[in-house]
Amino acid sequence: MEKGTLRVKTGFAEMFKGGVIMDVVNAQQAEIAQEAGAVAVMALERVPADIRVQGGVARMSDPKLIKEIIGAVSIPVMAKCRIGHTVEAQILQALGVDFIDESEVLTPADESFHIDKHAFKVPFVCGATEIGEALRRIGEGAAMIRTKGEAGTGNVVEAVRHTRSVLGAVRQIQALPREELMTYAKNHGAPYELVWWVHENGKLPVVNFAAGGVATPADAALMMQLGMDGVFVGSGIFKSGDPRKRARAIVRAVTHYNNPEVVAEVSEDLGEAMVGINLDFLPEEEKLARRGW
Amino acid sequence: MVATDCYRIGNVKIGVMAIQGDFRDHKQMLESLGVEAVEVRLPKHLEGLAGLIVPGGESTTIGMLAREYGLERAVRERIQEGSLAVWGTCAGAIWLAKEIPQYPDQPRLGNLNIVVQRNAYGRQVDSFEEDLQIKGLDKPFHAFFIRAPVILRVGEGVEVLAKHHDEIVLVQSGKLLAGTFHPELTLDSRIHQLFVQLASS
Repeated sequence: MEKGTLRVKTGFAEMFKGGVIMDVVNAQQAEIAQEAGAVAVMALERVPADIRVQGGVARMSDPKLIKEIIGAVSIPVMAKCRIGHTVEAQILQALGVDFIDESEVLTPADESFHIDKHAFKVPFVCGATEIGEALRRIGEGAAMIRTKGEAGTGNVVEAVRHTRSVLGAVRQIQALPREELMTYAKNHGAPYELVWWVHENGKLPVVNFAAGGVATPADAALMMQLGMDGVFVGSGIFKSGDPRKRARAIVRAVTHYNNPEVVAEVSEDLGEAMVGINLDFLPEEEKLARRGW
Repeated sequence: MVATDCYRIGNVKIGVMAIQGDFRDHKQMLESLGVEAVEVRLPKHLEGLAGLIVPGGESTTIGMLAREYGLERAVRERIQEGSLAVWGTCAGAIWLAKEIPQYPDQPRLGNLNIVVQRNAYGRQVDSFEEDLQIKGLDKPFHAFFIRAPVILRVGEGVEVLAKHHDEIVLVQSGKLLAGTFHPELTLDSRIHQLFVQLASS
């Protein structure tokens, strides 16, 4: 019996497809997420919108909080560690967290290197804005990739940009003649073997989710139609007027993303969406998507 | 039409419940066998199907949405008519199960007389892969168990097709098949072939 193999880790990520993973900050929110049909919850102390407002160093959550959330729901529980913070990741694995997000939403602990994710039995998800970054993270052992988007803004434009960038590159790699793959790998800082794999298979080797700025059922369905495998919703649910209703609506919009009647029906009367941030007015140094190397 | 049509197994159409989970891989596996496969999200998508695969994924999500959009009832009616074979893998097996002692109120089909326990091996770090001996297959099957349930007991008329150590992991009762592992994560299509035959019979 072999535990924690790469296929066991990437295979687990496959089970999230067509689903919604929701940020929660306490056991009660986790229960609401589960009742709404979330496929997993992301346990954290502050949602990205609050991290933005409050500032300071954002770190891994208190293990006590994570344990409470694990105890409250039967669905998988994810948690975030800082980029490059191997010890936070070890703690999360020891707590029995089902998936770790090595996340740019928290303050990076290392400005040059990410965690060696092959060294862990627990699977990791990492953010990526373009193909080279996605393949570097997979090369380090990430079992799942997500867009970075621009977390905590309620503005989907960056998630769309990253999706177009990564999936466009996949289509391009597929169409390249073989002799151009090595130079492509060099120019994008991507592992050659993974560029080769994408060329042969026409997709990323792991599940690819949308994240960062998804606030409405229509946003979620848009990301699915663009070719994403599923959706993370961070601040968008519990920073809105009626979290219970919005959470349910986003789950249903992801399942029925190609059925405008259903998406229209669930979009009705959801109360206020989270207040968004227009990214044209967000200073460059405050953009979380720039974190990661 | 596509070239695979010429070696299609029988002439059956198989659905894959696509509410959430690993439906795409099941669909690809069926298509690799030359079987016509369709995604099922609403009752109308069941028209003309001989079989339905309910994939792994999150059993609470799948059960809730299958009930809400009328799929649960529509599948139950077709099973009672004898017109539909159903195979549940992992979360799909939970959906088929008559009893889930820890979560008695969890929405599910419940037509298969088995008792299951969700996440029976622990959390994700306890997920594993191992070879299995399966009744009717001459060589071992490499199985992935991911936050897998176990089948604690089977009722009358349910045949056990595979065990992992002492735990029941694959069962059949008439046209219902339930397994706790993930054949769609492998390149081994033997159980898919068995199911297509079951659906065509």
